[in-house]
Amino acid sequence: MPTLGSAQEPVETSIPASMPEAAAPAISERHSLLVRVTHWMTTLCFLALLVSGSEIVLSHPRFYWGESGNVLTEPLFKLPTPSSRRLVPTGYGYVLPDQNGWSRALHFQSAWLLVLTGLLYVASGLLRGHFGKNLLPKRSDLSQQSFARVIAHHLHLTPADESDAWTYNVLQRLTYLFVIFVLFPLVIWTGMAMSPAFDSAIPATVTLLGGRQSARTIHFFVSLALVLFMLSHIMLVWLAGFRERMRAMITGRVQGKERL
Amino acid sequence: MTQLSRRKLMVNGVTIAAGASALGVAARLAQKYGLIAPDHGGLYGPGKTLTYASLRLLTRHSLAREFSKNKISKRPFPNEVGPFSEEFKRHQSEGFANWRLTVDGLVDKPSVFSVSQLKSYPSRSQVTELVCEEGWSYIAEWNGVALSHILDLVGTHSQAKYLVYYSIEPDWWESMDLADAMHPQTFVTYGMNGDDLPVGNGGPIRIRLPRQLGYKSVKFINRLTVTDDLKKFGKGLGSASPEGGYAWYAGI
Repeated sequence: MPTLGSAQEPVETSIPASMPEAAAPAISERHSLLVRVTHWMTTLCFLALLVSGSEIVLSHPRFYWGESGNVLTEPLFKLPTPSSRRLVPTGYGYVLPDQNGWSRALHFQSAWLLVLTGLLYVASGLLRGHFGKNLLPKRSDLSQQSFARVIAHHLHLTPADESDAWTYNVLQRLTYLFVIFVLFPLVIWTGMAMSPAFDSAIPATVTLLGGRQSARTIHFFVSLALVLFMLSHIMLVWLAGFRERMRAMITGRVQGKERL
Repeated sequence: MTQLSRRKLMVNGVTIAAGASALGVAARLAQKYGLIAPDHGGLYGPGKTLTYASLRLLTRHSLAREFSKNKISKRPFPNEVGPFSEEFKRHQSEGFANWRLTVDGLVDKPSVFSVSQLKSYPSRSQVTELVCEEGWSYIAEWNGVALSHILDLVGTHSQAKYLVYYSIEPDWWESMDLADAMHPQTFVTYGMNGDDLPVGNGGPIRIRLPRQLGYKSVKFINRLTVTDDLKKFGKGLGSASPEGGYAWYAGI
């Protein structure tokens, strides 16, 4: 850009030399701004989806396989909970209040936000090589010995060493990839398969899953898998050093440490 | 202020202005093409608007899935209704001989139809699934007359946009856009699996709107009103469902 500013002026100087930050040692980011923002957006949406989804399921805590199912049909299994509908036989002597109105609205609004956030994350991740650099396991990490070592570390609850603050181990990488590219797409797919309008436009959405009740049952189990992931994720963050890891995912920095 | 930060400021300003006007244009277009649901306000308005606009565009020409007759549920679940009003019980004791469906609003010929009149029109049937927002479902063969046939008989005005429909039971009314009202699978339903429609499943007549959830397929209907503006009805949210917290558009 030759026309902007005089020729002598260093156009690319974004931080004036007098600012204190310029003097401090440059600490590279552990997590990019985009990863941090999308991580917390996903967290927020997931919690909203979990609360509203649990509420919705109470209006019919029975699951079926195939195309259709109702209280006159033999269920695949039932949840041992009361229900918010009088006609669902639960064995409880009372009926919970109906909360489906706001629950459904919150569920779909959070789903929209989650899908848009996910698209942003995946698109930027592909453009910037995030998956190849940070999530695809290195070839050397896929050896039996390497797996054995990481699993032994987990089983012995060996404290994370300093280099772990800057990278993911092989189990972590594979788990994150599974959550991002299998569980989330599957939970979105099975969710959309329950939409009669979406199914009318793209019937394969539901027929490939074996019917709408199958879709609902898979949706439930994938959600359960995501909850298990979330719980173990929080537990492992706790064991690795909660403050340190939270700081990295909020500010992007690892305190006082240069990238190793 | 350096050249660079001034440029940044300008770029940011232009970006924000462009973004805002793009949103404005999108809102205008959405309004023009009828992509804004009547219950678009409030905390969950953005989600409802995105859902209605995208599914309305996606389902322009789509048909609800139909099944072969051997997929029909052996025991169609009659969801909870009632207790019935005295008026309904009287009609029931008369075998619904005096049941009337009134059609009014923006139509050339406001009309009243008996059940036997409805049955005299070209009969249609569909084997579709009734899907409840709670999660359960059943498949039945629904017999009736296409709603579009009734609307053609009475002649809708060109400014018509929505159809409001009422149950004889109090505070039970819904509405749909004209795209759904003229859809070939939208029925005024009087039969199920070849017999009269049982009262438990909405008899003598109910709406069938198979591309939306069951609560849009109102039971015991006795009035249809064609309109250009849903604000004139109830609290202006489109139907009784949004007044109770449920979405007006129930495609999901």
